[in-house]
This record gives sequence, C-alpha cells and structure tokens, in this order.
Amino acid sequence: MVAPVLDRFDPRLDPMPPPVDRRTLIARLERVLPREALIHKTEGMRVFETDGLAAYRGMPAVVALPANVAEVRAVLKVCRELGAPVVARGAGTGLSGGALPTPGCVLLGLSRMSAILEIDAAAGLARVQPGVRNLAISEAVRPLGLFYAPDPSSQLACSLGGNVAENAGGVHCLKYGLTVNNVQGLEIVTLDGEVLRLGGETLEAPGFDLMALITGSEGLLAIVTEITVRLTPLPEATQVLLAAFPETRAAGQAVADIIAAGLIPAGLEMMDRLALTAAEAHTGAGYPLDAAAILLCELDGAPEDIGADLERVRTICEAAGASLARIARDEAERERFWAGRKGAFPAMGRMAPDYYCIDGVIPRRALPEVLDAITRLSDQFGLAVANVFHAGDGNLHPLILYDAQAPGELDRAEALGGAILELCVAKGGAITGEHGVGREKINQMCAQFTPEELETFAALKRAFDPEGLLNPGKTIPTPQRCVAHGAMHVHAASPPFPHLDRF
Amino acid sequence: MSMPQARPSPTLTASEDADLGAALSARVAEAAARGEPLRLVGGGSKDALAQALSGARLDLSGHRGILDYAPSELVMTARAGTPLAQIEAALARSGQRLAFEPPIMSPASTLGGVVAAGLSGARRPFAGGVRDAVLGVKILDGRGRILRFGGTVFKNVAGFDAFRLMAGAYGCLGVLLEVSLRVAPAPQTTLHLAFEEAWPRAKARLEALLRRPVPVTGAVHDGAGLLLRLEGPDHGVRALAAELGGVVDNSEIWEALRQRRYGPHQAARLWRVLIPRRADTAELEGLAEAPLLRDWAGAEIWLASEASADRVRDAARRIGGHAALHRGARAGEAVFPPLAPAVLALHQRLKRALDPAGVLNPGRLYQEL
Ligand SMILES: Cc1cc2nc3c(=O)[nH]c(=O)nc-3n(C[C@H](O)[C@H](O)[C@H](O)COP(=O)(O)OP(=O)(O)OC[C@H]3O[C@@H](n4cnc5c(N)ncnc54)[C@H](O)[C@@H]3O)c2cc1C
Repeated sequence: MVAPVLDRFDPRLDPMPPPVDRRTLIARLERVLPREALIHKTEGMRVFETDGLAAYRGMPAVVALPANVAEVRAVLKVCRELGAPVVARGAGTGLSGGALPTPGCVLLGLSRMSAILEIDAAAGLARVQPGVRNLAISEAVRPLGLFYAPDPSSQLACSLGGNVAENAGGVHCLKYGLTVNNVQGLEIVTLDGEVLRLGGETLEAPGFDLMALITGSEGLLAIVTEITVRLTPLPEATQVLLAAFPETRAAGQAVADIIAAGLIPAGLEMMDRLALTAAEAHTGAGYPLDAAAILLCELDGAPEDIGADLERVRTICEAAGASLARIARDEAERERFWAGRKGAFPAMGRMAPDYYCIDGVIPRRALPEVLDAITRLSDQFGLAVANVFHAGDGNLHPLILYDAQAPGELDRAEALGGAILELCVAKGGAITGEHGVGREKINQMCAQFTPEELETFAALKRAFDPEGLLNPGKTIPTPQRCVAHGAMHVHAASPPFPHLDRF
Repeated sequence: MSMPQARPSPTLTASEDADLGAALSARVAEAAARGEPLRLVGGGSKDALAQALSGARLDLSGHRGILDYAPSELVMTARAGTPLAQIEAALARSGQRLAFEPPIMSPASTLGGVVAAGLSGARRPFAGGVRDAVLGVKILDGRGRILRFGGTVFKNVAGFDAFRLMAGAYGCLGVLLEVSLRVAPAPQTTLHLAFEEAWPRAKARLEALLRRPVPVTGAVHDGAGLLLRLEGPDHGVRALAAELGGVVDNSEIWEALRQRRYGPHQAARLWRVLIPRRADTAELEGLAEAPLLRDWAGAEIWLASEASADRVRDAARRIGGHAALHRGARAGEAVFPPLAPAVLALHQRLKRALDPAGVLNPGRLYQEL
C-alpha cells in the first residue's frame, strides 16, 4: 500500500511533552540497556515508523527493546526522569496508529519478551510474556486439547501484549468473548517503575477491577509485561453453513433471527456483493456470485447438537429469504468457506490500489438501515465501499476503496470513514469494536463522548501517568482538539452529520 | 450524620418506573460542595457485605424501570434501582437470563446493588462474572455529573473500560444510574447430578472433566458430595449425564445456593475465600467449624470460622488466595482483603479522579478510600 506520509501531531491540539535532548536520552538509556537493545540509526528505526495503519508515519528518537521486566522498569525510569514520551509496541499490526511513534518518543518494543512462561493444563491457564504471538499459545496447547479463544485475523503475527492493549476480538468472540473475558491476570509496570500484579490464579481479585481498566487502554496507562490467559477446551466438532441472500436487508434480518432464536454461533460473518466478489476472485471459496450478501454461520459442540441447530439456522435463513443455505460438505469445504472470508481484506487489492478498513459497531437491529446509509454515503463521497462484518456482534468493517496516488482521494476516504463512524454512534453503537482509537479515530471520540466524559478519561490516565508521557496524543482527545474538529464540521461544505456535534 | 431537613431525599416508594436522575444528580453535587459523605442504598440487601456504613442515606431504589430490551440484541438496559426479580422475570419471558447468576440475597435486591457488589453465582467459572456482562453504564460521578461509558453493544473499545470498573466497586467510584447488561439464552436442557464422594475424589473428577468441552455450569462440593449442574443443548447434556450417571432432582439445593442459605452460608461468621481451584485447602479446613462449601469448581470457598482475620487471611495467602469477611466482622476488622501498597495507592488516585471530594460511600470498600 503506497500512501503519503502523514504526521499530524499538533502541539496546539495534542498534549505533547516538551522536547528532550536526544543525545542525553540515548546516553542515559545506554547505561541501563545492553547495546543490542537500542536502535537509534535512522535506517534501523524505519521498520518502527508505522504500524498496520501505514498512512501514518513518524520517527522515534530511539527504539528500546528490553528483554525482561527489569529492563522495562529501567527504561521507564529514565523516561520519567527526563520527561520523554514512551510508545509501546508489540508486533505493530494495530490498525489505528496506536503504536505510531509520537515525535521524540522512546519506542518501547516488547517483541524480545516472547516466552511462554508456564502452561497449566489442569488449571486451564497459561502465563506468557507480552511479545508472544497470539497463535503461538493455541499452537502450544493444542496437543493438550486446549486453545486460546480470542482469534483476531492477525493472530499469526499480533502479540498478546498488543491484544491486551487493544482488547482484541476475533471471529469467535460472540461465543467465547473478547480478550478482556479471557485474561485472568496481568503484570504491569507503571511509569514510576512500580511492578504491579493484578489478578492471577484466582478468578477474581480484591478491589477495583484494574485488569479491566488496563485491557483496552492502548498503552496509555502502563506497560503490560506478563499475561495470564484462560485456555478453553477444543470443541468436539465444528460445522459451518453458507447462506446467500438476494438482498443485504434479508441477511441482516436472518442475523437478528438466529440470535433471537437462542442460538449462539461460534462465528457469524457477513459479506456484501463487492466483498464476496473480490474474495471469490481471490480465493475461489465457492461463494455464489449472484448474491447481494452471504452469511457464514459456524456452530461448534457435540456433533448431534450442531446438526440439529444447523437445521434451525437453515430454516431461519430460508424464512428470511435466503436463495441458498448450504452446510459445508466436509472439512475441506468448511476451510474453503472461511478462506474466502479471511482473505477478504487482501482480496481488495484486486478492486483498488488502496483500501481503508473501518471498525464501527452498531446494535444488530440497525444493520439493514446502516447498510443503506453506507451505500448513500459511498455515492456521496464517490468512493466504493465493500462491507465485511462480524455480524453476530454488530461489528462492521466497511472497506473504503481508494487510490492514494489520486489527489485528494485519501482525504476523501478518511472523511467517508469518519462519517460512517459518526453514523454508528448516532445509531447507538461505537466508533471502534476491536481496532482501537489510537491516532486514527481520535477526532471521532469527540462524537462519542461528552467533554465531561473525555475529561474523566484524562483524569483516569493521570492517576497512572501524571506527566502524560505514555502514548501522548492518542485515544483521548484534548478539549482543544474537539473544538477544532467540531469547527471543521460546521465549516465543511456539506457536513455529514451536523446534528452529532454536541458542543 | 443525618439528612438535612431542607432537602428531602429524592425517594419514591411507589413501585412504578421513575427517572430520578436529575434529583439524584443535584443531591450528589450538593453533597460534594459541602463535603458531606453519602451512603448509597439500593435494596439494602448487601449492607452486611462491606465496611461500616456512614454518611447521609442516598436511596436509589426509586430510580427504576427497564429502558430497553430487545431479545435479538442480547442486551438489557435498566435503571439501577430496578429490582433484580423484575429483570429476571422479563428475561425469562423471552427465554433469556443473566449468565453470571447473581446471588439473590433478598427480594429487594436491585440491579445497581448486584453490579456494585460484583457478586456472581455458581456459573462464574463457566460463563463469566458481572464484569464480563456489563456493557455500559450511566453514572453520577462524585461531582454529580451524569456520565456514560460503554454502551449497548458487545464489542466496544472506544476509551477506557470505565464501565467495567464500576462492577464490584461498591459505589465508591460513581452512583450507578443505568446499566446495560449482556444477557444469554436460557439453555435447552438442564440436569442436576450428585455424587457422594469426598473432596479429593471430587477434585480429581472435576480436573479430568473440565479439560473437556463439557456443558457443566455448576460444580459445588458441600462436604458430603459433589453437585454438578449441566446446562446446554439437549444432546450434549444428556450424553454427559448418561456417561457420568448420578442424575438427581435437587434443584432446590441450587436455589438455596443462589439465595446464599445453604449449609455453611448460614454461619454467624462467614468467610468467602477465593483460591486457585486446585490449591491445597488443608489449612483452611483446620480453621473451619463446618465442612467447607466449595463453589466455582473449588475456586470459591465458604468458610465458617471464628478464627481471627489475620489467621484466615494468612492461610488464604499461603495458597495464593484471598479472604473476605462475608458476615460477622468484629470491631476493627477489615471486610476485604488488604491490597499491596502500590495497588492501594493507585486505588486512592482513581478514587480521587472520579470522586475528588470523597463523598461516595467513603470507607465502604477500604478505610483509605
Ligand atoms: C490483517 C489484519 C487483521 C486484523 N484483524 C483483527 C481482528 O480480527 N480483531 C482485532 O481485534 N484486531 C485485528 N487487527 C488489529 C491488530 O492486529 C490488533 O489490534 C492487535 O491486538 C495488535 O497487536 P500488536 O501486537 O500488533 O500491537 P501493536 O500494533 O504493536 O500495538 C497496539 C497498541 O498496543 C499498545 N501496546 C502494545 N504492546 C503493549 C504492551 N505490552 N503494554 C502496553 N501497551 C502495549 C501499543 O502502544 C499500541 O497502542 C488486525 C490487523 C491486521 C493487520
């Protein structure tokens, strides 16, 4: 993906700590870290310039790669003493610019802390370092008949620390929960170098649920240095049904009906015509190309129960107007059906030079209406949108197709994305279901929260990080930023949702 | 401290739905301005579960009513004063329920009380707890400002999870006005099993069983034997029951467990000890006046013991657990297990962030908060 370099940190709108002398910073870090754990030559730092949101780039002052908790503490202490900002980074697959370096920061990479420390199959727990890849846990415990349930599509690469920081979800989270529901203990290091253990081997911990507060905190509160995750027994059997609909509305109805019937699918995914056409061309999954939308409904459990429940799903889909509802014939076909869905993002490469992935959430019942509205917005902005959803939990991933080389298209794509998110908020949903706010959606936070609510987030951050050194300029907009964003709306030629400006 | 005469507490005794948000907000703002501590009361059913109560009474039970419930969304939103019984009845009519199985301590229990106390029942290890079910809240902060965190959707990572922080915070971080909860379909089939076997045998049985994908949603040992509850799709439940045997009709025991009036629950001095589920409990047994009641597949222990707080807490700590005094605290004894100094300091800073004047349930959770 080719994209222009954007560095939009603005000292008038973002809380930027005063600059720190780079040479002093490096010299101080050299005293606490071995030589190979520090990178400060431009060439070496290039790979850390951006995360999965490649349009945003920035150079850190220095990259620190600690190998253990003691080194993490030492780095944080130096940063606190000098007043240097710290941006944590796991695998850098984040899609919201969370690991984007802020100007002059120490980029704290946790990839070297990648050991699975302990697997206790009888207790159903594993203790891991933050740099462990998501899939590595499931691979390690599979011989024991277990898996780690949260499975973001990036699971081959993304780190557990990044999953905790983003409260990552996945295809199976409707049934098995998000990261927050599958983590039982954390070790964190605060900016003043304290190592705190939250939760652990007991199901609940005394006091406030700090573990929940840290989960999803996007590197703004503390650095996660160890995670105790819950392991789940592998299901006995898994089966998937593919249903095709002549209208997206009917597919949306089928989703609501399946849930209302008391079924909790392990996965319930939807793709619209553009998405399924691209996916079919990319992977040859066997999707019907004449459909306006398809649903993939996966059930797991005892084979006899799955059989009976899939029949119920089939009946529901047909009643909602499905032109086809077919259970995968065998494991190979099941894998093919999923390969199409999992390849949907890369498949967009066939449709346009670039795509921009949005991550809104809506109540399931608003699905048909929101799909119609997205179509209208797509026409209005003159950019095609392919829709891929975690339909079971109302998490939309509209993919906006654009060409970064065409003047103004990236800006238009961003404006369209912002409009879609604000539509989600207006329908009672949220601006992000799993990718996080990061740098990308910081302006949309002003649409989802009131100034008092944002101020409360800022106060919670100060309780951990009084100097505002951890990932500054991310996730929580300043009042100045919201005012500026609101003014931009009012002055735009055709403000998409003027009624959403609450202040 | 008594309620000033000039401003009556914004209470309604009628059982109708009512929105008292504005009046409650004004009352908290006024208390904050005067530095007057408030004691938040929902149904009053959990008063015994916390430190000594002080402050002017802020009655929340009048702020009630179910606001939104569509079964296809798997979400219910209700005002915090809504009786738990009303919520459960509404869910049952649509074949749904609360997965975390809140204990029913009294018919007066309210939604707000359940969430603030963060207490979950026998399904906790299998279906998650209160904190897993909370999707969003509307609260009054310690200044009386109305704030919303989270929402009504299952996936939502915008901003910090301030809503989950309210679960189990005993009202120390905010007055709950509304809560949105994730709800679950009721199971197709439920069967209860019982095995007369001592804990070591039951523990071994559970250890083997819980490594498989089984429809177990309750595992309790009451000293005499193991009680299992199976819930889920019909075939899976019946197949497991056929394999294990021991089917009984003892649903009244499960009801008693939910109402916290089963066996040791009734002790005058009762501890709730959370431990790693496979820990060695010999030392706790040595302190017990009655057989331990082990819920949560062994991870939640109900201990009837007159032993001193220090002795019980030390014994719990040695096996990686922690003990709270559920009932019968003596003067000067803390109800909740002590926090590490750095963790306590963080609690104090969080309390100040949300309640700068320190008026919301001061001292209810910890003396220092
Ligand atoms: C193709 C693709 C598919 C994806 N699919 C999904 C999906 O299905 N579901 C989903 O939820 N996400 C998905 N993502 C997004 C991304 O993979 C997740 O957000 C993931 O959790 C990020 O992990 P990471 O290790 O790459 O974190 P990074 O990108 O390195 O960092 C993410 C954030 O976490 C912070 N952070 C990282 N490590 C720590 C730590 N140890 N302590 C404190 N803060 C830390 C960073 O500062 C940053 O704010 C996808 C991304 C891609 C590229």
